[in-house]
Order: sequence, then C-alpha cells, then structure tokens
Amino acid sequence: MRLFLLLSFFGLASCVTKTPPSEHKIPMPGKQLAFTRSKGNCLACHVIEDGESPGNFGPPLKAIQKKFKSKQQLRQQIWNATQFNPNTSMPPFGRNKILTEQEIDKVVDYIWQLP
Amino acid sequence: MRLLKWFVIFFVTAAFANPEQDQLLFRQHYQKLFPKLKLQDYADGIYAIDADARESWQIIEEFPPYELAIEAGEKWFNEPFANGKHYSDCLPNKGIAISHLYPKWDESQGKVITLALALNQCLEKNGEKPLPYQKGKIAEILAYLAYTSRDKLINIKIPDTDPRALKAYQQGKQYYYQRRGQLNFSCAICHVQNAGKFIRSERLSPSLGHTSNWPTYRLKWGEIGTLHRRFIGCHRQIRAKIPEPQSDELRNLEYFLSYMGNGIPINGPSIRK
Ligand code: HEC
Ligand code: HEC
Repeated sequence: MRLFLLLSFFGLASCVTKTPPSEHKIPMPGKQLAFTRSKGNCLACHVIEDGESPGNFGPPLKAIQKKFKSKQQLRQQIWNATQFNPNTSMPPFGRNKILTEQEIDKVVDYIWQLP
Repeated sequence: MRLLKWFVIFFVTAAFANPEQDQLLFRQHYQKLFPKLKLQDYADGIYAIDADARESWQIIEEFPPYELAIEAGEKWFNEPFANGKHYSDCLPNKGIAISHLYPKWDESQGKVITLALALNQCLEKNGEKPLPYQKGKIAEILAYLAYTSRDKLINIKIPDTDPRALKAYQQGKQYYYQRRGQLNFSCAICHVQNAGKFIRSERLSPSLGHTSNWPTYRLKWGEIGTLHRRFIGCHRQIRAKIPEPQSDELRNLEYFLSYMGNGIPINGPSIRK
C-alpha cells in the first residue's frame, strides 16, 4: 500500500513536471485528431458530422461501412490515398508521417463508426 | 519507380513542348469550370468567381490601403542613387508602363529577369545595396510601376532564338505540376484541379491571371507584399521546403504563369484577403 502510494505520487509528480499542460501532450481522441488543423484537418476537404466550415475537395464522410469492406481498407485510404488514385488531392497521412500510426488507428475508429 | 516518374514527366513535357498548346489547354480547363468569365476577368483572382468576396473588395477599394505604397514607391523610384543615376536609367521607357512585359528572357545573362530582379541589378550596377525581395521598399516601387502599367495587357515572350528560354519556361511548368511538401500538393492540385472549391473556408482562385495583381496589399499581412512572398506562403501551407524569393525556380515559375496569363490586364497593386 505504501509502495503504491509512493509510486502514484511520483507518477503524478512526473506528470506535472514533465508534461506541460499543452494540448498535444495529451493524446487526442479520433474526432479531435480528424478536426484539428495541425493534425488530420480532414475538415479541410470533407463534410464530417458537426465540423465547422468544411471544404469540398472530397465527398462527405458518412456511412463509411457501405463503401469500405473493412477497417483495414479504410486505413489504407487514409495511410496513402494515392495508391488508389494517383491524382488524388488527399495527403498521404501515414506515408508522409503527417499522423502517427496510433493517431491513424484512432481516426479510423472514429470515421468507421460515422452514421 | 522514381525512374518511371521521370519518364512520365519527360513524355508529358515533350508531348506538350509547345507553350502555345499549353496555354490553350490551360484556358480551356478554366473555360469549362467558369463558362461566364472572359479572359480579362481573371485579373481579379478570387473576386472573379466569388460574388460575396467581390462585394467586400469593392467596398475596400473605395479607400484603397495600397495608395500610400504607390506614393512611397514613386518617391523611392525618383530618388537619385549616390552616383546621381536613377532606376529609370536601367529600364526600358524609363520604367514607366512596362510591368506587363516582365518577366523577360535575357539572352546575354541566360536567365529569366523579373522586374524585381531588374531593380536590384540596377542598384548593384550603381554601387548600391540590393533590397530584400518580399516586402518594404521593393514592394512599394513595384506597386508604383504596376500602377503606371494598369490596363496594359500581359505580354510575355519566349523567344525561339534561344532554346534556353523554352527550357526555363518548361522548368517553371514542371515546378507548377510537381507534388511537394509533407502534404504532397502541387500548385495545380489547388489552383487547377480544385479551382473554385473550398479548402476549409478558403475558396481557391484559378491560376489564370495569378501574376496580374502584384504587388498586393493582403489584409492578413497588413501591408503590401510581392508575388514571390505569396508563392512562399503557398509553400508553407503544404509544409514544403521554402524556396528563396527570386531563385531560379521561382523566377521560372513566374515566367510560366505569366505566359499562361498573356492578354490579361495588369491591375496591380491590389487587395486580397
Ligand atoms: C486536401 C484534401 C483532403 C484531405 C485533407 C483529406 N481528404 Fe479524404 N479525400 C479527398 C478526396 C479528393 C477524396 C476522393 C477520392 C480520392 O481522390 O482519393 C477523398 C476520399 C476519402 C475517403 C473515401 C470516401 C469515399 O466515399 O469514397 C475517405 C474515407 C477519406 N477521404 C478520409 C479522410 C480522412 C480521415 C482525412 C483526414 C485524416 C482526409 N480524408 C483528409 C481529399 C482529402
Ligand atoms: C493547399 C492548397 C494550395 C496549394 C498547394 C497552393 N496554393 Fe496558392 N493559394 C491557396 C489559397 C487558399 C490562396 C488564397 C485564396 C486564393 O486566392 O486562391 C492561394 C493564393 C495564391 C496566389 C494569390 C492569388 C491572388 O489573386 O492574389 C498565388 C499567386 C498562388 N496562390 C500561387 C500558388 C503557387 C505558384 C503554388 C505552388 C507553388 C500554390 N499557389 C500552391 C492555396 C494553395
């Protein structure tokens, strides 16, 4: 018990000292990753749910499960859309490391369940 | 794969090696997108295709924020150098009403000379320090010179007496269509393929006429800036390597874009968001 307390104290303390309260240190949920300009910025080109001032380069993102057979296939579109359409304007988020692999997984989870 | 890419670029450029043919295809694309526009309308950039933006622009034009820049530019332009010479001694027609003729191929130097570069070469020739290219004095002088050239039609020549001129043009064209940056965009993806569409809340202007309105007072800058400053801004948006203003790449790019815009009137200096 004492050990546990001690550990959690250090755990907390290191959180406070090492991680400044800036946004990007706290992992973002998928929706936020998709909306944030410096991250996915998917809204730049797609209408998504309640996202504000979306662009219109690409189709609205909804009912994705009707278009993609699996999450893996959706992931490939986001990882590098040019493999399906060499002339696409959609940035290769995985190939060019715009998002990390974990961030892409979260975006996939979010986009996959959109009604 | 890389080799394949270069072959494709080679054949595409070779197949349309003729600038006149390029110009025709470039314009046909926009004619399809914006059938109501006439060639001269493209001088207005985004305002040619967006009625709301046009309306707020016309209100600002009643008291144009670039007026002071024109006045300052005229003053700098007429101020003698330490040796008593003037900019006007270096330029055709003493510099007045010539903006529509730049950039120009210079056979003796073997490169594209923009009006900004011509001004700095004039300074150096007369023992003066060249000016920084993106804003300030040079933008003001260019604003004055553009003002004296208003309504003159862009008239860029690619002389067939020197094959290097065509090569410079082709390099500019290739730069325009080449994808770059972490976000993997080319100029053409935004300003050709998606002209008129929205990227987030920003509507994209056609590239036809992109060189007519410079220098420009951007509300975002709160001051007047040069075409190459805007080029650099577009590189930044796509997280690409930032080229030097007035580098070979950007001068050749300006050569290509200006040639595409032949026949469009100069209406610089102007105002943009
Ligand atoms: C700069 C433009 C742009 C951005 C940014 C962008 N996309 Fe796209 N996206 C497109 C275009 C255009 C298409 C149409 C198909 C194609 O060209 O590949 C597309 C297609 C898609 C599709 C397939 C949709 C369908 O109905 O077929 C999905 C899913 C998708 N994008 C997800 C995303 C996600 C998730 C993000 C952000 C992480 C994103 N996109 C960012 C331009 C963009
Ligand atoms: C991701 C999209 C994007 C890319 C790629 C892009 N631009 Fe732009 N550009 C914009 C936006 C947005 C504006 C501001 C609205 C407008 O006028 O189109 C703009 C404005 C401009 C303007 C000013 C137009 C005016 O009337 O004042 C020029 C010139 C320009 N871009 C040239 C280029 C060139 C050259 C390239 C490639 C090196 C390029 N752009 C790449 C998005 C882009």
